[in-house]
Amino acid sequence: MTDATGGRERVEDLTLLWGLVGVVAVLSVLPLARLLLEGIAPNGQFSTAALTRVLSSPTTWTATRHSLVTAFGGTIVAVAIGAVVAALIALTDIRGRNAFVFCFVLPLMIAPQVVALAWLQLFGPSSTLLKMIGLAPAMGSPNPLYSAEGIIALLGVQYAPLVFLTLRAGLRTLPQELVEAGLAAGASPFTIVRTIVVPLMTPPLVAGIALCFVSCLGNFGIPAFLGIPANYLVLPTLIYQRLAGLGPSVLSEVAVLSVVIGSIAVLGIYLQDLMLRRRDFRITSTSNPIRPFELVRWRLPVEIALWTLTVVVLMLPLIALLLTSLVPALGVPLTASTATLANYDYVLFEHAAAKRAFVNSFGLSATAAVIIVVITVPLAYFLVWRRSRLLRVLNLTAEMPYALPGVVLAIAAILVFLKPLPLLGVSLYNTIWIILFCYIARFLVLGLRPVISGYYQLDRTLEEAAQITGARLLRRLRTIILPLVAPVATAGALLIFLTAFNELTVSALLWSSGAETLGVVVFSFQQGGDSTYAAALAMLTVAVTIALMVSTLFTTGKLAQGVLPWRG
Amino acid sequence: MARLTIEHVTKLFGAFRALDDVSIEVNDGEFMAILGPSGCGKTTLLRQIAGFDKLDAGRICIGDTAVSTVERHVPPERRRIGIVFQSYALWPHMTVAENVAYGLTVAGVKDPERMRRVQAALTLVELDGFAERRPAALSGGQRQRVALARCLVTEPALVLLDEPLANLDVHLRAAMADEFARFHARTGTTMIYITHDQAEAMALADRIAVMDKGRLLQVATPSQLHREPADETVAGFIGDGMVLPVDVRAVHGDGTCATDLYGHRVHMRCTSSQKTMSTARACLRAGDLRIVELSAPGVRTRVVRAVYQGGYFRLETHIEAHPEALLHLTAPEPFTLAPDTALQLLVTDGWVIPAPAED
Repeated sequence: MTDATGGRERVEDLTLLWGLVGVVAVLSVLPLARLLLEGIAPNGQFSTAALTRVLSSPTTWTATRHSLVTAFGGTIVAVAIGAVVAALIALTDIRGRNAFVFCFVLPLMIAPQVVALAWLQLFGPSSTLLKMIGLAPAMGSPNPLYSAEGIIALLGVQYAPLVFLTLRAGLRTLPQELVEAGLAAGASPFTIVRTIVVPLMTPPLVAGIALCFVSCLGNFGIPAFLGIPANYLVLPTLIYQRLAGLGPSVLSEVAVLSVVIGSIAVLGIYLQDLMLRRRDFRITSTSNPIRPFELVRWRLPVEIALWTLTVVVLMLPLIALLLTSLVPALGVPLTASTATLANYDYVLFEHAAAKRAFVNSFGLSATAAVIIVVITVPLAYFLVWRRSRLLRVLNLTAEMPYALPGVVLAIAAILVFLKPLPLLGVSLYNTIWIILFCYIARFLVLGLRPVISGYYQLDRTLEEAAQITGARLLRRLRTIILPLVAPVATAGALLIFLTAFNELTVSALLWSSGAETLGVVVFSFQQGGDSTYAAALAMLTVAVTIALMVSTLFTTGKLAQGVLPWRG
Repeated sequence: MARLTIEHVTKLFGAFRALDDVSIEVNDGEFMAILGPSGCGKTTLLRQIAGFDKLDAGRICIGDTAVSTVERHVPPERRRIGIVFQSYALWPHMTVAENVAYGLTVAGVKDPERMRRVQAALTLVELDGFAERRPAALSGGQRQRVALARCLVTEPALVLLDEPLANLDVHLRAAMADEFARFHARTGTTMIYITHDQAEAMALADRIAVMDKGRLLQVATPSQLHREPADETVAGFIGDGMVLPVDVRAVHGDGTCATDLYGHRVHMRCTSSQKTMSTARACLRAGDLRIVELSAPGVRTRVVRAVYQGGYFRLETHIEAHPEALLHLTAPEPFTLAPDTALQLLVTDGWVIPAPAED
């Protein structure tokens, strides 16, 4: 091909395309394929020994049963709360909506282990809060949260916002006319909700349920804090205990366990797909969102109920956590004379691992966010505007590391990186880089989805206008496309940063000395009985998270609408 | 400046023939309009010329270079074409000057020269003093001019204009259309103007290519297109023509013939190769019809309805003996004919549509 026919343009296009194919394949296909291979051929040799051993062990099935019980239970609680709140927020005329949404979505952004820790401080004999008001149970009585019910309740609280967000997004696309046609036909608001809104909201509801189920199933922080002390093990905590106790020698066994939990998640996603395929839910017209129903005399009671929910679910546990972080030792009542900042001083300036964890978590989250933006901007370009078939297939696999429970990806990453890398001869296992790899693989989708929707909202002639002046692909990406998708990409990056910053599931399995994350250090403090240090460190992560979330509220216009869940 | 040669270009989207064997020759410096209803393939053709899509058969040459063939596809970056997009496609994150300068920067033109050319382009479109504004702060007409300046600053061999007036207010359209015409006269650039608006095409273009359903129907000057449509579709599409069956009785050597239109003898224009035939079809214009006394020679019609169009009526009638044959003409105010009134029409002119070539 001569240069006049655009040899350089073609080379540039193809290099970028295949580079992206390679990156996505390494991030998604490679680890999952390696995991499946380990399941049937441990250490490279075909053998069903590990498979049979794991599948015939009663521990496996007990943990599986526990996983299913807590995941279903948590989903039911989350759907009950999330659906009611979504309907009230989207369909009625209650006041202070944005402030409420911010508070209601907050548990989703706070790490599950911090939520668990906060709730533990709220109940139990050594609760600083209960002691202050004289309601603490007698010393020695068990904390009621150390149970299956405790796990279910907290999973429900943690993921109710997920159901809320998917349902609210659906309710926003519900055309005004459909409701008004019902009103014109003489139906009461309640009849309309029952006969028009609920049937049309089946897809987001089912999607929310599936998302919630998979998240509950994969959650590590809550069953780790509440289940391990009660010896109530679910699959992620079982995998963690095996690996933490016995090291890489049990890799084949935990690989099988990962496949089990991965299969349950895939089954959940498949069932969702199956349910939605049977009926046609397409909404044909697009128009203004529906006008809110007036609650009239019910408005104030509903508002009070919603804020009470927020206080109970969010404020009280956080206050309990804050109070615990201020006492010198667990069990000491908090008074003006006992209150101390020593716990903060210790985790910020004295404890080496905690200090490192700040640097590590900040660095890992920021690096992952930046790298993901660098990958997703050209990736979404080829997906949306070039309609590359190859990448569309890979796009589905790119969803897997996020859709599947975090332990699955972590175990897969260990399998890939345990042996030294070819050519380089160094192993990433037991370094911080394996955590970075997992963060990029797992949160790629968080960055990709907003950027893809950003491309759909862009007029492609903006790129073509640059192309026609002679600008080649890389220049167009840099000078035209990147500035135009920057608002969505930044919002996506922020979401990645916050999620990674509060992450525990992956790093609990992958951390090593020197490569601790904040989640890991909070977890080890709590496991070692240092609840006050754990509380102080957890409070700091909550403060950083809320500060970042609040700061986005003041950047209207700079960040894209509809990406950050806490912004109305 | 360059000629554009489009030869037998076909583009398929699945089984749908978006472009079907289209051939157009555009001369150097010519202003060619491509006219057709939406979905006729005119935008597909523009994307072929620009190189955004690959063709399935045929050839496109700019100057002497084949830029699109089945084997060879020069990417848009290398075609040295300018486009003014329907949406203008101004980059919102750049100032007016940065928008205009972009192509020069890409081409490696450095600053005193680049600034001079940007300034000159802005002067040309009468936007001096707007260099530091953002596109969002401009009116529709001003955005249009920035798009034009951006397209011309690199002196492209060929300029494609994709419905450039479609997004403007009616009162701005005429002014911008004038601007395009002056522009073309001043620069002499070869221009391809895509539009669905025949008034725009008629006013601006040296020649018009009429397209429908992916096929090229006729390429002709505006007046030729109006007076001598090549087929029934063009006759009906351009100027709201009426297509009626006629019997060509005798062909004269001077491009006219004697016809019989529903028993009425009419002298019509025709091609020099027209043969006598009883199944010919003719195109009449509203201006070819005149109301005469009921006793005078002509076609007897009955009024179907009169639609007021501001200052005059559009009068719709059908031929008395053939209710399926409709005629329309304009009648000045005041006009008071009730429906079903008998009306005698004299046909003063007409064009016998050439019979399709024998396959």
